Amino acid sequence: MVTEEMLNQIKSMIKSEKRILTEKADLVSYAYDGSFGSYLPDLVLQPLSTEEVSGIVKTANRWKVPIYPRGRGTSLSGGPLPVYGGIVLDFSLWNQKLTIDRDDTVAIVSPGVITAEIDRAAREFGLMYPPDPSSAHVSTIGGNLAENAGGPRGLKYGVTKDYVLGLEIVTPQGDIIRTGGRTIKNVTGYDLTKLIVGSEGTLGIITEAILQLIPRPQATQTMMVIFDDIVDAGRAISSVLTSGILPSKMEIMDQFSIEAVEDYEPIGLPTDVDAIILIELDGHPLAIQDECHQVEKVCLDVGAREVKIATDSESAAKLWKARKLVSPAIVRKKPTKISEDATIPRSKIPEMFKRLKEIKTKYDIDLVVFGHAGDGNLHPNIIADKRDKAEMKRVEQAVTEIFSTAIELGGTLSGEHGIGTMKTPFMEMELGGAGLEMMKRMKTAWDPLNIMNPGKIFPDSKDQRLVLVDD
Amino acid sequence: MTSKLAYKETFDCVQCGYCLPACPTYSTMGKESHSPRGRINLVQMASEGKISINEIEESMDLCLGCRACETACPTNVQYGKILESFKEVKAEQETSPLASRLAMQKGLPNKTILGAMTASLRIYQSMGVDKLARKMKLLKVLPEQLQAFEEITPKIEKPDKKLRASVLSPNGEKKASIAFFTGCIMDVFFAKINDLSIKLLQYAGCEVTVIKEQTCCGALQNHDGDTETTRKLAKKNIAAFEKGNFDYIVNSIGGCGAMLVEYDVLLKNDSEWSERAKRFTDKNKDVSVILSKLNLQFKKELNRRVTYQPSCHLTNVQKVTTDPIHLLQSIPKINYVPLPAGDMCCGSAGTYNIFHYDESMEILDEKMENVKKVVPEMIVTSNPGCHLQMCLGVKREGLASKVRVAHIIEVLAEACGIE
Repeated sequence: MVTEEMLNQIKSMIKSEKRILTEKADLVSYAYDGSFGSYLPDLVLQPLSTEEVSGIVKTANRWKVPIYPRGRGTSLSGGPLPVYGGIVLDFSLWNQKLTIDRDDTVAIVSPGVITAEIDRAAREFGLMYPPDPSSAHVSTIGGNLAENAGGPRGLKYGVTKDYVLGLEIVTPQGDIIRTGGRTIKNVTGYDLTKLIVGSEGTLGIITEAILQLIPRPQATQTMMVIFDDIVDAGRAISSVLTSGILPSKMEIMDQFSIEAVEDYEPIGLPTDVDAIILIELDGHPLAIQDECHQVEKVCLDVGAREVKIATDSESAAKLWKARKLVSPAIVRKKPTKISEDATIPRSKIPEMFKRLKEIKTKYDIDLVVFGHAGDGNLHPNIIADKRDKAEMKRVEQAVTEIFSTAIELGGTLSGEHGIGTMKTPFMEMELGGAGLEMMKRMKTAWDPLNIMNPGKIFPDSKDQRLVLVDD
Repeated sequence: MTSKLAYKETFDCVQCGYCLPACPTYSTMGKESHSPRGRINLVQMASEGKISINEIEESMDLCLGCRACETACPTNVQYGKILESFKEVKAEQETSPLASRLAMQKGLPNKTILGAMTASLRIYQSMGVDKLARKMKLLKVLPEQLQAFEEITPKIEKPDKKLRASVLSPNGEKKASIAFFTGCIMDVFFAKINDLSIKLLQYAGCEVTVIKEQTCCGALQNHDGDTETTRKLAKKNIAAFEKGNFDYIVNSIGGCGAMLVEYDVLLKNDSEWSERAKRFTDKNKDVSVILSKLNLQFKKELNRRVTYQPSCHLTNVQKVTTDPIHLLQSIPKINYVPLPAGDMCCGSAGTYNIFHYDESMEILDEKMENVKKVVPEMIVTSNPGCHLQMCLGVKREGLASKVRVAHIIEVLAEACGIE
């Protein structure tokens, strides 16, 4: 697919041959991401400037070769997978630009900057970049922007798109455009910035972003609330949020994840309970001290068994450890982890938990649920062994049912991971035929040749289904 | 052939990528194929016959084996096992020795530096690592940069014979009975540090025994895929240390200690030895772990700005992280400053800095950038390999007159008034 002539043209515009990867060991190393499936690219390029990206895209247009932008490949939905072969654009080396403008409270970044580095740089000026996906110390901002990543702090602070003021984009034709700017208010024309964020690299390639920063809260306070009944946990979440307090994080763990953690590394969690909610408050130290006691009262009033309040940063870290241990604890049983992020309205959390329990029994699968309870962004995780085909078939069916349940309860397929390759079969179920068609029209208008990250978001055919294992 | 690869273990990787920021070669080489996740995938693909051993060799060879990825991994992938399985398969497959192939592949440098070769050879011959020594000879011509090693290679110091007498009594009341593991390179080039370790242990109340029959730990042979020799050495050591009833077996070499605590894994399938190996590994402790339990009485102040470069194998395999730092911080008047990205390997990694000089120096340069941020007067180490590499780093930066590199034992001994 990538001809010698094309390769020569690319060599003439990329300054160092070291950033043109053609060896087999390299190609197979860009065939995967954090999700499922493996697709071999024909070529991997590591651009370091907008001009290089523009040149590569123009070349790809001439030869009609697909392009797949990629950060550090932490995607849980297949965002950067080169489904139809072609060129993977690896942006991980392009991390040179990270400028904080203190007066405008913005950060200007190149696409390969690590997300957590932005917040770290902002901290030096008393500022904060709130989006905090759990992979923030690995993932690039380019990938976060393309997928509109979320994170625990989404409850109070929103997600990636809420902090993007302006972008520089290379269009599918190879033109360089700028959207938005560096002001909070900007109503000039269509909001292309918000369109591009979360478009999963299907409408263009982000080469620079201007991100809004906010004043950093002075302090945080962590607490753990233990519930005998998950329904009470659901009520507690709503009660806290209507008591005049907006925690920065509210994370839930179900009984199975608590048991798994205690089995793996006993840290003193009660295993005879239905759910645990971890809450973090942030703000002025005196204010959060007061809020902390209010939250405690509200939770106890709706039937919480116990509230543990961290007394210092060490005991806070200890409480959060429970949540951190979930992943290593659950994969001890079986190696394959299917991490979903179907999201439902907050009020439906208890119902969703009930339905997930039924799905677990019905398909005889190992399923644990944890996630961002405050915003209904649950993470049902299925643990399986991808070498066990019969089990994987059951997992496919279970995942399908999780999606339809989320939609039935008024929720969505994906809260923060993106559609990628995995959820394309369910798009019409959520959007309806006409809704999906309008999205397709936008894609076609922007990228008529369909060379920009093809195979993502839109199903190939009407009867496409979820496939986690080869037949 | 490929069936020996740790195929099953590769499935524990969920490809989340959390290992990427921990990997020194991913950082310096900037390619997924030089990341832990990439290497695990390559081994899996090679096991499935989808790619050849030759095609994945460069990526695997350039792994430092620092195992920082294991510490970062949220799903407990046994990367060390996967890497070693590759080394073993490669060692079996090898038709021409690695070194001569390397010399051919990398192009021959134009200058022969016998001195450097001799220096490096001296180190490895002294360890009884004959195979490695042969490889070095086969290199015939070494990169001129190896002169660097000649300059930092320490002079051979003779160990204090009195301290190698079999049982040394504690100062004061006996708090523990300890068998001391000397290591081979350590007891030739850093005999002084072993001497001081023994004296410190005595000072802290330990009865110390140095068993004559002990031998090389086998770490370098193991990293080179020579599992057979490693097992032989392990058995010899286990048998040697069964001679007495000790509370602990103690060493002051991060790298050797990591090998010693994995003897149980090494001999897991050997019914005669597995239990004996387990008993042996359970007793093995780094000297810092023991000393931090014993409440050292300091006699001198150390009015210096000090940073600490941990040994990767002490951190990632032995999981000893806080003891050395607590010990340092307990020295009166010390100004301890943490080294940014201290957990990153310094690029020494056994023989890595000799066989992969350029790659090693790139890693060292990143390390030194962080050292310069701290502006220390002293860099403290816990393993001879790291020690030499830090000496080299300090020298390359022109800081040799300003920054002293010292083993943690030297620093503690000084503060305790032990010479």
